[in-house]
Amino acid sequence: MAGPKLSGKKLGKTPTKKKQKKEALPPKQVEKEELFSDSEGTDEDFQEKNDDKEVNSDSDMSSDVDDDPFAADILAADDDDDGSDARSDSDVDSDSDGDDTDLVKKSKAIDDEREREEKEGDEELQLNIKEEADDFRLPTAEELEEETHRPPDLSNLQRRIKEIVRVLSNLKSLRQEGATRKDYIDQLKRDLGSYYGYNEFLIDALVELFPPVELIELIEAFEKPRPISLRTNTLKTRRRDLAGVLLNRGVNLDPLSKWSKVGLVVYDSQVPVGATPEYMAGHYMLQSASSFLPVMALAPQENERVIDMAAAPGGKTTYVAALMKNSGIIYANEMKESRLKSLAANLHRMGVTNTIVCNYDGRQLPKVLGQNTADRILLDAPCSGTGVISKDESVKTSKTAPDIQNCSQLQKELILAAIDMVDANSKSGGYIVYSTCSIMVDENEAVIDYALKKRDVKLVPCGLDFGRPGFIRFRQHRFHTSLDKTRRFYPHVHNMDGFFVAKLKKMSNSKSAKSSVQSEEIQGVESIESSDQQNTEGADDKHSEQEGIADENGKLKEEVAVDKKRKRDVQKHSVKKGVGQNSSVTKTGKSENQLVATKKREKKKPPPREEIAKAREEKRQALREATRKAMMKKK
Amino acid sequence: MRPLDEQETTQVFEKLHKFVGNNLKNIVENPSHEGPDNSPGRYCFRLQKNRVYYVSESLVKRATNIKRDNLVSLGTQLGKFTKGGKFHLTVQSLGLLAENAKHKVWLKPTSEMSFLYGNNVLKGGVGRITESISEHDGVVVYSMSDVPLGFGVAAKSTQDCRKMDPNGIVVLHQADIGEYLRMEDDL
Repeated sequence: MAGPKLSGKKLGKTPTKKKQKKEALPPKQVEKEELFSDSEGTDEDFQEKNDDKEVNSDSDMSSDVDDDPFAADILAADDDDDGSDARSDSDVDSDSDGDDTDLVKKSKAIDDEREREEKEGDEELQLNIKEEADDFRLPTAEELEEETHRPPDLSNLQRRIKEIVRVLSNLKSLRQEGATRKDYIDQLKRDLGSYYGYNEFLIDALVELFPPVELIELIEAFEKPRPISLRTNTLKTRRRDLAGVLLNRGVNLDPLSKWSKVGLVVYDSQVPVGATPEYMAGHYMLQSASSFLPVMALAPQENERVIDMAAAPGGKTTYVAALMKNSGIIYANEMKESRLKSLAANLHRMGVTNTIVCNYDGRQLPKVLGQNTADRILLDAPCSGTGVISKDESVKTSKTAPDIQNCSQLQKELILAAIDMVDANSKSGGYIVYSTCSIMVDENEAVIDYALKKRDVKLVPCGLDFGRPGFIRFRQHRFHTSLDKTRRFYPHVHNMDGFFVAKLKKMSNSKSAKSSVQSEEIQGVESIESSDQQNTEGADDKHSEQEGIADENGKLKEEVAVDKKRKRDVQKHSVKKGVGQNSSVTKTGKSENQLVATKKREKKKPPPREEIAKAREEKRQALREATRKAMMKKK
Repeated sequence: MRPLDEQETTQVFEKLHKFVGNNLKNIVENPSHEGPDNSPGRYCFRLQKNRVYYVSESLVKRATNIKRDNLVSLGTQLGKFTKGGKFHLTVQSLGLLAENAKHKVWLKPTSEMSFLYGNNVLKGGVGRITESISEHDGVVVYSMSDVPLGFGVAAKSTQDCRKMDPNGIVVLHQADIGEYLRMEDDL
């Protein structure tokens, strides 16, 4: 139509206008202008078209835009959208087309553009969702190396730790291709070590002790301090009275828990709890809740002789004295001279009068104080302190495998010394309580197991039922089954420091371990051995019969289990000692009798002669039946 | 560890007499229930590293096999002998003294803390005071709730105390339980 002419006209007129307008218009409108830039015709027409297009389009464009075929040329140079540039160029090129087709094309272009944007937006959304819901990927070696060069990104570490724990909880479905459990755990160890500040050895040890979720709980609990608690000194006051006085002073406190009658927990205080006149008068002692436990397990009675082998600073010793009401005698020993002053001061402050304080290495105490002299002994052994990390953060980085081994060695020597000092025949006692503030198996269960093997002692219940039982087996260790009577305490479960308590009773003053310790554990071996003995006693020694005997023994064990075992024990011993069977029954050898007596924890008396004879008869009959059966089978 | 000789014993008893007067008899002859023997024994005084201890016999018997260098403390500590040979009672004996004290002073709550910091007792801080205190008597200081806070020497007799101005010193400080926190190393 009149397009080309007009366009020529416009060329002259409008560029300047356009230029001005270009500056005035916002970029959006600039873009939209380009879309409409291919309009031709007069200004009026142009205006109409513009209006039409505005009506047609959904844009928010303002009305006063001069649509100009060369607007695109001018504006195209500084427009962001390259796509619309292309479009506008093509539109300009197709100027020659009719208005209608251009309109259609334009509207199509707008629609297309919108669709494209929507699609891109959706794709991006999908991509984002996909990234988050994607399986957690372990960082590759390059990424790890990169991380070591950068400063540690704590939030990233935290996120990764959580992800790994999540994956480990459901490894089958959530694991990455080609990644083993070990990879995940190794990465977790590294992250935990760098996020919380642990050294490799300690993190390895903790990972072995706990499953991942509990491990995180424990480590978090170690970051926070445990509540302050104090113990009422029953020699000078009562808990009720003390609580009243302290509340008046502005201390916010509560009874500790239902298992303690003397404990109080302090939430907050207006005055320093360690400097009140009541503290100075010895009415209470600042002591962590876990330190109550070994003394409660020890349960000292009045008029007893008690030894505390590692007494400083004296919290437990003063508790023992309070329970004994200042009767009897306590030997409080402490090896380090620097801690002796605080021990003596605490004892005097709390009004303890029945204590002798001495300064020896605990391993030498038996020589000084004598063997078999004490009724009860409390050994709160020096340890690596891995249970009290919330009090002392340096443990996180300073403990290594040799430290633990040294501690373990010392603890084993100390516990033997303690056992030697206890009098097994004491009327009211004969107990040793061993406790540490550590959660390592090497310092706890391993030491008790060692003591069980070396001396004639047995584990008894501590009386602290709210703790977790100790380990019976751990990695390659297999401990005595009675070790489940020991108790472990954790910060994330019991809200007190990590602790371990075990109570031993000394069965006899001999320095050898009793044999039934082994007999209970290794019952299979025993039956074979006893069958050997029976063979030597005059039975046939055909292989089949041996097996038959073993089988019969197995069955008989079930029937008359305890009797058989007793008999076999007795027989084993008699054979070993080369003495006739009768002597085991008669009470000639006290040690033998004791051994026999100690073996049968449930039974009080050794089996009388008639019972043994009866048992023997039954066995012989069983033998005969077995042979008969074998003969029948052969036939 | 050795028993006190004559001179030392007189010194100790003199000091104690200032505080407990006739009750000294009780202190010396008190039957003790410490020790694992069922029958009560007697108390005795022992000297170890210039410190005097008040211990029951059964404890003493059992402490004899501990070497001198390794024995730190026995029973209750009464006081120390200085290098010059003088005897001073220390705060650890407060329990014993408080039980048997003849002369007592009760402090008002406001002046408790001042005494616990080692200051002397002023008249303004005195809540109650026993009669018949004469000058240079040993006095045990209590709080109003009957908690023993320490002991000292009376600066004036009770009569004179009444006439004194409020800032006058009533009891000269010798030992107080605040020493457990302030001077733990020197005890």
